[in-house]
Amino acid sequence: MDTTFAQSRRRDLILAIFLAALAAVVPFFVKDVNIQNIMVLTLMWAALSQSWNILSGYCGQISLGHALYFGLGAYTTTLLFTKFGVLPWFGMVAGGTISALIALGLGYPTFRLRGHYFVIATIVIAEIGLLLFHNWDYAGAALGIDVPVRGDSWAKFQFTRSKLPYYYFALVFCCVAWLVTWKLENSKWGFWWRAVKDNPDAAESLGVVVFNSKMGAAAISAFMTAIGGAFYAQYVSYIDPDSVMTFQFSLLMALPAVLGGIGTLWGPVLGAVILIPLTELTRNYLGGSGRGVDLILYGAVIVLISLARPEGLIGLFSRKPASKGVPQ
Amino acid sequence: MTAATIIQSLASGLLMGLLYGLIAVGLALIFGLMDVTNFAHGEFLMLAMYGAFFLFAFFAVDPLLAAPLVAAGMFVFGAVIYLLIVRFAMRAKANIGMVQIFTTFGLAILMRGLAQFFFTPDYRSIPTSWLGGKTVSFGGIFLPVPQLVGALISVAAFGALFFFIKKTDFGRALEATREDAGAVALVGIDKNKVFALGWGLGSALVGLAGAVMASFFYIYPDVGASFALIAYVTVALGGFGSVFGAFAGGIIVGLVEASTALILPPSLKSVGIYAVYLLVVFIRPRGLFGSI
Repeated sequence: MDTTFAQSRRRDLILAIFLAALAAVVPFFVKDVNIQNIMVLTLMWAALSQSWNILSGYCGQISLGHALYFGLGAYTTTLLFTKFGVLPWFGMVAGGTISALIALGLGYPTFRLRGHYFVIATIVIAEIGLLLFHNWDYAGAALGIDVPVRGDSWAKFQFTRSKLPYYYFALVFCCVAWLVTWKLENSKWGFWWRAVKDNPDAAESLGVVVFNSKMGAAAISAFMTAIGGAFYAQYVSYIDPDSVMTFQFSLLMALPAVLGGIGTLWGPVLGAVILIPLTELTRNYLGGSGRGVDLILYGAVIVLISLARPEGLIGLFSRKPASKGVPQ
Repeated sequence: MTAATIIQSLASGLLMGLLYGLIAVGLALIFGLMDVTNFAHGEFLMLAMYGAFFLFAFFAVDPLLAAPLVAAGMFVFGAVIYLLIVRFAMRAKANIGMVQIFTTFGLAILMRGLAQFFFTPDYRSIPTSWLGGKTVSFGGIFLPVPQLVGALISVAAFGALFFFIKKTDFGRALEATREDAGAVALVGIDKNKVFALGWGLGSALVGLAGAVMASFFYIYPDVGASFALIAYVTVALGGFGSVFGAFAGGIIVGLVEASTALILPPSLKSVGIYAVYLLVVFIRPRGLFGSI
């Protein structure tokens, strides 16, 4: 490994620590609840997009069905809490584990598919999940579940008076997702994934176990996505199938990574920092009219960025091409 | 459940399936030509339905008469979208697949927003038309006339499309460009022109479907979304790149949907379609008639 690669990795880490420290002090200056809400969502979507990026960006298996894992995380935590009194912290891990196992089970048949056949399979599997939850009476069916208020506490992960605890959890979640990616990028798995993405047949012939690489990426990606779903359920304290498992969520996980730079370390963070405030602000200030101005703006921005910066906005920041993390 | 109910549902399913095929074939055609999946396909359908609605509302044109006009309008719209947007998405050097997905997806959101802005989110319908509300009976099976005519139009459109691709110069140019876009440039065919015409033709076909459906579906800005997923599944089930696959895929999807509704609660009727798609691609990863 040449030194410039090691250097650039160290630079990434220092930048990340600096940005995390900066994000940690921002709430002391920003007291507006609406802005704090946008900051929580931005961090959450950055982490979710980072999780999506592991399977779809690094390993190249484009999933537009991650809403399934998001919804499973949200439902597992909420059901365990409301029906059995299990604390959300355990529910979160349980949801992540269930999602990872389901991802492995689904990966077994689907990873043989390629291209659009794979993408459409991920969409319809998530849609089947959505329809089943719509009809599952125990889980509240289409009406959904209210998370009962049991008083503010870290143990129950409920805070009615302040958004700050949620903000700091989202920040830690985002940092962990980034660190996992940073660590994996330089691991055996990271190299396998990029080989699988570039040319699965060549990778196979060189001794990469393509199938197992995909399975590993899917399990890690699904686990982290479910953690995000569990967090979201606690944050909004009400879930129904349409608010956690629709196709919209799958797209929202993919969009920041794609616009920021797919398969890059910083792409999801950069994409989320631009996209989520844009979405929320346009919805807050322009969406009320019911005339779709927010959609017009949002759609136009996506088209323009896709066309103007196909390699993602990260290309604006680096002199080298978007694949700078890959040692030559 | 009597035999008559089963036959009745399957007959309705077949009619709906032929319409699904007509909705999907434009997508299949464009994909086969240039490997691009139009994620705004549902919004093209929505636009066509509004086209038929406004022709009715302002000029009292019956949807059946409006169909060719809407198809012609959508031909121009599709070609323009190719020239203004998709052409540039295809020039991307990095992760071209994602660029195309998200460019057309952004276009879908944009079109939905514009529809809300100009047409309002209200549900519209065409209350009176030549065919609307009529049914015919064949030996005890009742078929709604609008769907029946829609199915016949679909069969006719597929027939015309086969003839067009096999027998006309433009059809041959389409096939040749699809085989090898680089080589056709050498014999003097302008690739961009063929692609633009391909987008026009694909959009005209979904325009035809939209005009037919306007007489018996509610028309609103999000109407495309529900049909778009069925269209993708239809195309993939039949096999990407195969026009015949879209026809067969449509019929299968329609029949499976109707059969599922007989067995499971109506809200789960799409589960059958999705399950059949998964089953088919797990056994045949290229769809039923796909070559790629």
